[in-house]
Amino acid sequence: MSEIVSHQHRGISLHRINAMVLRYWYLLLSSWPRLLELVYWPALQIITWGFLQNYISQTSGFFAQAGGTLIGAVILWDILFRGQLGFSISFLEEMWARNLGNLMMSPLKPIEFLLSLMIMSIIRLAIGVIPMTLLALFFFGFNFYAIGLPLIAFFCNLIFTSWSVGVFASGLVLRNGLGAESIVWTLMFAVMPLACIYYPVEVLPVWLQYVAWALPPTYVFEGMRALLIDRVFRADLMIWSLVINAVLFAASFAVFLALLRSAKRNGSLLSGGE
Amino acid sequence: MQQSETDQGAPAVNHAPAGDQAGTAAIDVAHLVKVYKTTRAVDGISFRIARGSITGLLGGNGAGKTTTIAMIMGLVLPTSGSVEVLGAKIPDQRYDVLGRMNFESPYVDMPMRLTVRQNLTIFGRLYAVKHLRERIDRLAEDLDLKDFLDRSNGKLSAGQKTRVALAKALINEPDLLLLDEPTASLDPDTADWVRQHIETYRKTHNATILLASHNMLEVERLCDRVIIMKRGKIEDDDSPERIMARYNRDTLEEVFLDVARGRVREGAP
Repeated sequence: MSEIVSHQHRGISLHRINAMVLRYWYLLLSSWPRLLELVYWPALQIITWGFLQNYISQTSGFFAQAGGTLIGAVILWDILFRGQLGFSISFLEEMWARNLGNLMMSPLKPIEFLLSLMIMSIIRLAIGVIPMTLLALFFFGFNFYAIGLPLIAFFCNLIFTSWSVGVFASGLVLRNGLGAESIVWTLMFAVMPLACIYYPVEVLPVWLQYVAWALPPTYVFEGMRALLIDRVFRADLMIWSLVINAVLFAASFAVFLALLRSAKRNGSLLSGGE
Repeated sequence: MQQSETDQGAPAVNHAPAGDQAGTAAIDVAHLVKVYKTTRAVDGISFRIARGSITGLLGGNGAGKTTTIAMIMGLVLPTSGSVEVLGAKIPDQRYDVLGRMNFESPYVDMPMRLTVRQNLTIFGRLYAVKHLRERIDRLAEDLDLKDFLDRSNGKLSAGQKTRVALAKALINEPDLLLLDEPTASLDPDTADWVRQHIETYRKTHNATILLASHNMLEVERLCDRVIIMKRGKIEDDDSPERIMARYNRDTLEEVFLDVARGRVREGAP
């Protein structure tokens, strides 16, 4: 071993994870359009949906009492969606930059790469969602942080789901090249109608309710409505969500590793094109 | 272009004996096969590369050079056969030796928006390089990067990018360096300068270098040994002088054309 290189960690190296986070941090700081994009859509979303909630509240007794359910749902949906995008876009940056071969040939391990993408998804999420919550407070008097400790449970469950979907989507792009990029942008929308973001699960046909309850975010949105409408924190819902998330998370990792292996068999790691 | 004293004094050709003693090979490839669907990209090749040598991998487009290098790096899984690098079985034990290897390839780029210094910092950290700032300064000095160290990679010329890619490939002072077309698309002056640097690095670090190239003069000048591939098989494997003598040719380029066009070599075994 060359004397200029430190002892190589056999396990997970925080040093290498830190290097990757630094790489994405440099990229964010070097590009104002990337920073603007993180804030732009969440801000538009909250303003549009906030005014809609104001209007509905004036015409519907239910929504007047259940203040904040729409805005709360919009913010939680953004945590789910932007969490996944934050993960996947950092991954796509490597594909766009044709840098994946350099990384795969370095001592960076797949698990370290994924962990760095998770950290970046939280950083990107914070840049986008914190201003969103401040806008909700300023324009509509909705204090997202007044949810209190349950917010931690909501956040953890949503971010775990977003990472699982992000890991899975990234694996597909790794295996199939940038031709599969659209999956990254659209996959979470498949969850949207079934996770019952803006309406209770009972609205769905009975057979579809079984599908909805198989998705971890459904428990979070139901839990949010229980908290905002009935003033009850449903810990049981959060535990169920966590259990399903654990299974989903493990499955997405296994699928990613299988797709990485398939990419190595297929020879697509160095090409990465369409 | 900057040039070190050792560069200027280096002989143009350094032909050490080809082959390797048992147990000391930097790269040991045995019966390697790669099949993509119905295409046999690599078809049962075997070779050992001695530590401290420079070996050229020659062949036309589709000969299997890049696939072979990718299998040595563990980025492509072989259909059958085995690869050992610095004593580690690839791909199973690749993380034991990745810190001692590095590569440069036209199939990859450095992130364009990051500056040269930022890119080298990140790769230096990935390779756990000690005293990284000093190491980057040293590489900037050696490879003449100082003037654009704080410029983004996307704003560099082709020659500057190649030097940055070489700096990345040397950041960890690798024992094994895999170079795929290191001077492609460079002007003759820059290409010559890059070759001199590769030559000097091998000498000063006793590094093993495997070089895939279409540039026959480059291979003649740099390599101790040449492996010629055609349609996934090894067509010839020897020192450049012996190969040229066997084909009764004065240059490797003429040999390459003979092999590519299927002309029968004189004195072939």
